[in-house]
This record gives sequence, structure tokens and C-alpha cells, in this order.
Amino acid sequence: MIYREAGQFKTSYATDQMMFPILQDRIFMILVIAVAYLIPLIANEYWLQAVLIPFLILSLAAIGLNLLTGYAGQLSLGTGGFMAVGGYMTYKITTAFPDLNVLIAVLLAGLLAALVGLVFGIPSLRIKGFYLAVATLAAQFFILWLFNKVGWFVNYSPSGTITAPPRTLLGIMVTGPEATAPVRYLVVLTFLAFFALAAKNLVRGRIGRSWMAIRDMDIAAEIIGIRPFQTKLLAFAISSFYCGVAGGLYVFFYLGSAETEAFDIALSFSVLFMIIIGGLGSILGSILGAAFITMVPIFLTNAPPLIGLSMPIDLQKHIEVMLFGSLIVFFLIVEPRGLARLWQIAKEKFRLWPFPH
Amino acid sequence: MKIKTLILAAVGGVVGLSGVAVTSPALADGEQFIPMLVYRTGPYAPSGIPVANGFRDYYKLVNARDGGVNGVKLSFEECETEYNTKLGVECYEKLKNKGAHGASLFNPFSTGITYQLIPKAPVDKIPILSMGYGRTAAADGRVFEWVFNFPTTYWSQASGFINYVAQQEGGLDKLKGMKIAHIYHNSAYGKEANPTLEVLAEKYGYDLTLLAVDHPGQEQKATWLQIRRLKPDWIFMSGWGVMNQVAVKEAAGIRYPMDHFVGNWWSGSDADVIPAGKGAIGYKSATFNAAGDGFQVHRDIVKYVYGGDAAEAKKNNLGEVLYNRAIVNAMFTVEAILTAQGKFGNKALGGEQVRWGLENLDLTEARLKELGLEGFTRPVKVSCADHETGGPIIIQQWDGSKWSMVSDWIPTMRDIVRPMIEKAAAAYAKENNITPRDCA
Repeated sequence: MIYREAGQFKTSYATDQMMFPILQDRIFMILVIAVAYLIPLIANEYWLQAVLIPFLILSLAAIGLNLLTGYAGQLSLGTGGFMAVGGYMTYKITTAFPDLNVLIAVLLAGLLAALVGLVFGIPSLRIKGFYLAVATLAAQFFILWLFNKVGWFVNYSPSGTITAPPRTLLGIMVTGPEATAPVRYLVVLTFLAFFALAAKNLVRGRIGRSWMAIRDMDIAAEIIGIRPFQTKLLAFAISSFYCGVAGGLYVFFYLGSAETEAFDIALSFSVLFMIIIGGLGSILGSILGAAFITMVPIFLTNAPPLIGLSMPIDLQKHIEVMLFGSLIVFFLIVEPRGLARLWQIAKEKFRLWPFPH
Repeated sequence: MKIKTLILAAVGGVVGLSGVAVTSPALADGEQFIPMLVYRTGPYAPSGIPVANGFRDYYKLVNARDGGVNGVKLSFEECETEYNTKLGVECYEKLKNKGAHGASLFNPFSTGITYQLIPKAPVDKIPILSMGYGRTAAADGRVFEWVFNFPTTYWSQASGFINYVAQQEGGLDKLKGMKIAHIYHNSAYGKEANPTLEVLAEKYGYDLTLLAVDHPGQEQKATWLQIRRLKPDWIFMSGWGVMNQVAVKEAAGIRYPMDHFVGNWWSGSDADVIPAGKGAIGYKSATFNAAGDGFQVHRDIVKYVYGGDAAEAKKNNLGEVLYNRAIVNAMFTVEAILTAQGKFGNKALGGEQVRWGLENLDLTEARLKELGLEGFTRPVKVSCADHETGGPIIIQQWDGSKWSMVSDWIPTMRDIVRPMIEKAAAAYAKENNITPRDCA
């Protein structure tokens, strides 16, 4: 009833190939984006700074990893390392060229991350699956070691910490301590909206199809004329570009200052968990997964005092970890293909509702 | 069916989440709110628990014994950070506006979190007291108006350690050719002492070897293999949490002479040495507060906070090194509020007023005696330009059952450290477009 597509005819190739062929979907997406842009009007600083900004940035990283792992089938544990490249390079670029727009610095850093990703993607032609995961793990450890070891990357700061200097965009402070949370939120949101759209289009086109062909059966893909080497490397490069941009945003629009510990292996794992829980091979899934991993712990931390339960803070933390773990197990059992698949099932139910048969 | 329950659960979750933003426990208007960033879980919990208990007990003591600060009750709330900077920032955002006047000040008890909060402090107008940790350059109050790191800093401490080695060896000229190793936590915190040790190495001609241990520090076999090869005359360590226990065990394992192994003040608590058993005997560490529970303040805590139940107090780490250090920190906090009240009146104060209190803090020997802290720590006088005071350090040694002082108060090398601080602060000011204020 609500979700009925009867009467919506596709009369041209353009309408047939639309990203959201159903009118309700389009309206819904526009609404979601509009609400996302209006949120700063109602959300307080805690929400923006501690919940929404990290969620958006990690969504971008998750999309990046999903392109590589979900679409091209190359398991990677180097996300944290590629994000670190983005973060540290943005810092280097913006301190070397203070007049350069910081957003351009972020994009350039993303390109450098893509280059690094290319290098670490080379082994993917020879090794697959878990073995590749171990090879990308090398990227994670090597990159962090490098940033820790070589003072040049941190402008010889004695503690090895990089701090986002104040930068403006159209006369408004966007980074540094003076930048307000709503401004930073809007910048990050724009990045995510743009790159999510780009990713969605990428995976619907020739490149995305060749990735999926490689993922599903690389020999068959080779026979129909897809070059595995280039295709895999392209996946690594684009994925690392996304992660690099996310890393730049992470330092400049969320943390404000960072050391390599901010990009440790735990970050790589949590981004991987995001796409597993959200749904491999789905852009929406990346965002849902990021929401799940970043927001549920915060909700669990805030829930007990909310319902009037007061307990020691360490007990509360332990309960949070246990609940979070069991929620992950629960969702994986209910729907191994992730939250995106649940969303799809829900949509199908709505199409038939109220007549289930 | 499944879908329906899931949707219900999701709706419930969203409703619950949206409630989070608006609710916060009611705080009485007249109370002075102090946020507490603690870590009672995670790999740093062995260090975090005594610290959290010390803070809590001292604030409780002030409320119970003195009825608050000049009648203004202290209210406080803990937020769990796991020593993780991201969670620390989340806690900061959550707590900074609590209470009628917002947070009084933050004691992050983590160098990583302090680094995150330093740029935010002038914007939110909430001071940070990073007592003997955090960014050493913040000692220059002209650039870092909102950050305090008295009574002394990592750089001063490193120079104090070199002074101590010189004392033991019979003079600074004996340092020439000596091998000194620094084992440090590979983070902003651990690296802090490196520049000072390097500068002093050049000046006094000892061989410095820097050995990094990666977070969280459970794996140190490679480091200690290097120590065995190198056979340094002295080892200085900047560790934290589980890293300390492992290092002390490893040192005992290779039979390194423990009395030449000196931790910094975050590497010398009870939890660090007990796991190594007899092997830890002789291990030393720097500190700026006394160990043990023999002070008046401890008797007061047992009496007012635990209702005379000494066993319960012991269970809550009473008298442990880090518990005592938290007492010092909480005492500085309360005294700063008291100082600020002297100017702004006896009422609950906001962050800006507490900042004034921190900057004008003049803690005398007489006042320490009044507080039941005589001989517990040293007097401190903060000023506009000097947020550190460069206080002396003292060396304590573990005898297998307790820590005891084995040195006099060792002066730090102000003449070397202060110019380094000013240089680092000026670099920070330049990078962040800060105009240093005039303290004259």
C-alpha cells in the first residue's frame, strides 16, 4: 500500500537505469538528506561532536573498504594504515601550503593514500583470502611504524602528535579549535553525500561489474576479458582513496589532533566489522554498519542512567561490552548478509503489505 | 514476525537514543561540578583504578569533613574512557556543560586525551590541570593560558633523573661515556622525555639509547633482548598500565640490577611491582608525592569516607602510590577552587573563575599541614608565565612490600628545560596563530 510501484512506468533507458527507480525511494532519499542537513539545528554539541561526526567519517571509510572487500572481494586489514596516510598527509600538505584550501588538501592526501594502496595491492594478484588479509596487515603496521619513526611526517613535533591548524573555507573556520561542531558536521556530511553517490554510481557501472566478476570467480572473469591485475589494483586505489579522505577528515574534522595510536589495528577491525554487519557489497550497508558500531556502544553507555539505573561505571562498561558483543552475534545469526539485507526484506514486506500473499 | 520485532526494537532504540540528549541527572544549582575522566577497565585499569578511587575519596572527604569548599558542595561524575582518546573526547563533550556553571576543570589523567583537549580549552573556557603529564610546552602560560601542568613536567623530571644518576655516580662529569637507555611507551606520552634526554646527552656526553614499546606494552621481548646486548648502566622508563608490570618482570628475568632501573612517576606504583614478586625488589621510580597511608589525610578518609572501616579503605587502594597521587591532584583542584573563591566569592564557580584560581594558586607548607598533608608533597606557587613551577622530584624504591623514599628532593635543571619549553610553546603558538599574552 504505502510502498506501491504500480503505475510507475519506465519509458526510457534513462528511467530504467536510475539509481532509485521507484518514486517512493527517491522521495525517501531526498528526505533523509534534507533531514541530515537540518540536524545541526536541533542536535547539541555532544551529539554532533561525539556521535554524528565520527559516524559520518567512519561511514566513508566503511564505503571505501566495502568497495575493496565487498565488491572486489579482496579482504583488507590495512584500513587504519590507509586512513593514517590520509590524516598525516593532509597535515603535511596543509602545514606546507597554509593558503591551500584544506578540503583540497584532504583530497590530495586521499590521492597519496591511493598511491600507497596501489603499492600494497600488488600482492593481491598472487595471494587471496586470508593470506591477502595478512599481507595488508603489513600495510597497517608498516605505515604506523613509519609515521612514528620518521619525524618529518609530524614536522618534528617532539611527541609525534599532529594537530589540525585553524583553516577557513569561504571565510568560515572549518578546522582547528574555533571551528564549531555544526560547521564541521556539514562539511563532513557533504563529503559523505558526494562520495557515497559516487561510489553507488561506480559500482553500478563497468568498473563495479568487473570488480564483482573478479569477486565471484576470477578465472571466469579473466576469460570474459577482465584483466585481474588492473581491476584489483584499481579497487585497491579507489578504496584507499576513500579511506585516505576519511582519515584526513578524521584528524581535521573530528579529533583535532592525533597520534598514530588513533589509527591502530583496532580501527581497521572496527571498519571491517562495520561492513560485515552492515552488509558486504552494499553502500547502504556500509552506512548502516557504521551507525551500528559507532552508535550502539554510546547508546548502551547512556541507557542505564537514563532508565534510572545507577551502577558502578566499570560494571556498566563491562555490561556494555557484553551486550554489544551479543547484539553483533544476534544480528549475524538473524541475517548473515547484514543490516542492508534486513532493510531490503523490510522494503519487500512493505510492498505487499497489508496482503502478505 | 521477525521483521516486526526488529522494527519495534529499532523504533525503541531510536526513541531511547533521542532521550539521551535531553536527560542528565539533576544537579543542585549551588554545587561545584567536577567531571572525572576515569579508566576502570581496559589495559590501563591497573593504573586507572587507584587514581579514580583517590579522586573520588578526596572529593567525598571534602564534602563530609568540611561540608564542601566554604560550604559549596562538590558534585562529581565519572565517565569511563578506557584511556582511549576518542572515548575521552566523548566524555569531555558529555560532561563539559553539566552543572549550573559547567565543568570546573578537567583532569584527564591521560597525555593523549590532554593533547586532544588543549585546543578546546580556550574555546570552551574550561581549564585543564594535567598534573605532571600532558604537553610539557604548556608550562609556558603565556601561550597556554588554559592549561596547567604543575608541580613539574616530563622534561623537568628527565633532567631530575639525570641529576639523580649524577648524584649516585659522584658528579655530572662522571656521566661521560656512560650508557643510559630510555624505554618508553610509543605514544605522545612516552616520547615526551626524549628531547630533554637527547639535549642532556649532548651536554654531558652519555650514550643515550631510545627503545620504544608499542601500545599496550605486553610484548617487550625484543626490547629486553636489546638491553641484554647493550648492558646500559642506567635505565629510565616511561611506561603506563600493563607495560610497567611486564617491564619490571622482564628486567628481573634478565637479572638486570634493579637499583639502576628507574621508572618515571607513572611507572612506579604498587600494581607495577607486585606481579614480579621478589624480582622487583630494588626497583626505583621518580615521584612527587609520598607513598603509604600514614598521613592525617588517610586517617580522615578512613574516618569520614569509609566510616572507620580501614579494611574497606585498603581494598579501595588507600595509600597506594597512584591513589596518593590522585589525592594530590584532587587537593590541587580543591585548593584552586578555594583560591578562586577568595576573589569571586563563596559560591559555585565556572571554568573561567577556576582558571584564575589555578593561576594564582599559592600552596604553602603551612596550608599543607592544615590539610593533613605535611611531607606528602611540596608547596607550589603558580604564576601567569609559569604553569609548571619546575618542582623537584624524589626517588622511591620498592623493598618487596612497600615503597619508601631513598633520596632527598632532587632539583630539576630549570636553566636547560625552561628555554626548551619556551621554544616549543613558541612553535605551537606560531602553528596555531596564537598571540602569547603579556605576563609582565
